[in-house]
Amino acid sequence: MLAYIIRRVAQSALVLLIVGLVAFAMFRFVGDPIDNMLGQERTAEDIERLRGQLGLDQPFVVQYYRFLENAVQGNFGVSYRQGRPVIDILMERAPATLELAAVSGILAIIFGIALGVFTAIKRNGITANLIMSGSLIGVSLPTFLIGILLIYLFSVELGWLPSFGRGEVVDLGGWSTGFLTASGLKALILPSITLGLYQMTLIMRLVRSEMLEVLRQDYIRFARARGLRDRTVHFRHALKNTMVPVITVIGLQVGAIIAFAIITETVFQWPGVGLLFINAIQFVDIPVMAAYLMLISVMFVGINLIVDILYFFIDPRLRVDRKGGH
Amino acid sequence: MADPVLSIRNLCVEIPTRHGILKPVDGVSYDIAKGEILGIVGESGAGKSMAGNAVIGLLNPPAHVSSGEIWLNGKRIDTLKGDALRRLRGKEIGMVFQDPLTSLNPLLRIGDQLVETMLTHLPISKSEAEKRAVAALEEVGIPGAAKRVNSYPHEFSGGMRQRVVIALALCAEPSLVIADEPTTALDVSVQAQIIALLKRLCRERGTAVMLITHDMGVIAEAADRVAVMYAGRLAELGPVRDVITAPEHPYTHGLMASTPLASRGQKRLHQIPGAMPRLDAVPDGCAFNPRCPRVADKCRQAPAPKVDGAAAACWFPLQHEEAS
Repeated sequence: MLAYIIRRVAQSALVLLIVGLVAFAMFRFVGDPIDNMLGQERTAEDIERLRGQLGLDQPFVVQYYRFLENAVQGNFGVSYRQGRPVIDILMERAPATLELAAVSGILAIIFGIALGVFTAIKRNGITANLIMSGSLIGVSLPTFLIGILLIYLFSVELGWLPSFGRGEVVDLGGWSTGFLTASGLKALILPSITLGLYQMTLIMRLVRSEMLEVLRQDYIRFARARGLRDRTVHFRHALKNTMVPVITVIGLQVGAIIAFAIITETVFQWPGVGLLFINAIQFVDIPVMAAYLMLISVMFVGINLIVDILYFFIDPRLRVDRKGGH
Repeated sequence: MADPVLSIRNLCVEIPTRHGILKPVDGVSYDIAKGEILGIVGESGAGKSMAGNAVIGLLNPPAHVSSGEIWLNGKRIDTLKGDALRRLRGKEIGMVFQDPLTSLNPLLRIGDQLVETMLTHLPISKSEAEKRAVAALEEVGIPGAAKRVNSYPHEFSGGMRQRVVIALALCAEPSLVIADEPTTALDVSVQAQIIALLKRLCRERGTAVMLITHDMGVIAEAADRVAVMYAGRLAELGPVRDVITAPEHPYTHGLMASTPLASRGQKRLHQIPGAMPRLDAVPDGCAFNPRCPRVADKCRQAPAPKVDGAAAACWFPLQHEEAS
């Protein structure tokens, strides 16, 4: 167990190192920062002096090491545009994105699994077939279009829900939450449906097809031959086996939810890190872009690590190394 | 014979397809008495498993029982549906499948699978069920049962898993066990052990067994009576000794002649010419007539007489002196 986790953590660290390299390399693609910092009136000495001060005369590897050293301490430099430390800006924005992603992720997982199981068990029923056809909409419509349609229907025509922003937020020691006010909760509804719909339909279709596959297995037949109740057969025997492959995809999709939040945040002007990133691109705010890249990859890698460990608890066949088995 | 545990009367199973109705089981009748082991033999597709599945109500749609009756302990069961049928499975009829590697849920401890089965059918507490689970594993010869209840299926060998499957099939003390090719997927060295185990447990408990196999050796070893099936119909039914040494139906005779026996010392095995007809092309009259060495006009016109009790479904059965 421990060896397995250590191996996975080491792999995750390697992935982060490589992403760090990409983020770091971005600074070098956009030309020499010294040119931007010193104006037209400059001497060769000025340039050399500043280069020495900033450490830009050091070899590439040393510069990369210092970038990582700073990144680990949360120091991503100062935003070109806002003139404030990038980490402060990110921390200010992160709660909005995380709350949005959490709500849509939970909605997608709960409804995705429930509907997937339902459509698998009642695969010939009318309702199940309607749900399956409806799910095509979720899979095929682009996120921004769904967002705009929802805004048109619920904000413009019906006027029930706000079309942009987070509503009122409460500050809890540096974490601004929209969960505690009515307007905050109302503002969450449309963006989280928009963001989670694709993932929900994907999870649902996956759960359905995996479950149908599992229901054909001999051990399900044997469970029925032993006279177990349908509920036991479906939820104790079939669902657990269904979840092994589904969890991998859910893990990746939760990561995707955070990454896809860029589009939803743009449509709903949601003040999260995705919107921050889009604005950063417009202004070539490299430190913000690099930090966003690192933040997203840390989340992706972290979620995958959790998924790998979850496997361990679900599937006993992975736990063999303790006994030195097969 | 006392009242049979299982009594099948004129059972027909049909599968409607685009090309017409297939009859994988066509007018089969047999009884199994308390403590008796009835072997069902036949080639692949002869309808042996289909009949077993019909008894336990696990036919895969669109296959269904189209006519005939199935009686279990004096109760008609082919008409049962839903919960009544479910309660029958496991409690009254246990089933052992062919492949022990796939019939156990890989994610559940075997103890839990035993406990859930017992709790479903028996009015006992969880701790009592746990105690019985250990006893059930001990009974099927799993060493260190008290520890092994907490193991997962992948931690057992194939033979041990089949023992677990047998424990599961018997744990609610059914009066009938359907064993569908219980040894086919096992090593030859393990097959005899599993058959001996099944035989011992059922003798001790007086459980009736429907032993479905294509292996005449298994039948000779374990069964009291044997039913030979051909193209969905019963070809011959009788005590194992009679059917093996003096088969009356030409098909059974061919089957026996093509079974290798050390004592016979033959150089080449006998073959029955041709193949069993596909279900959509069963010939008129006796299904065996195109391959039968004793075929006559009557066999091509009139269906063979139905087997009743102990007999062969043949217009011109082999006489005993001829057969030997």
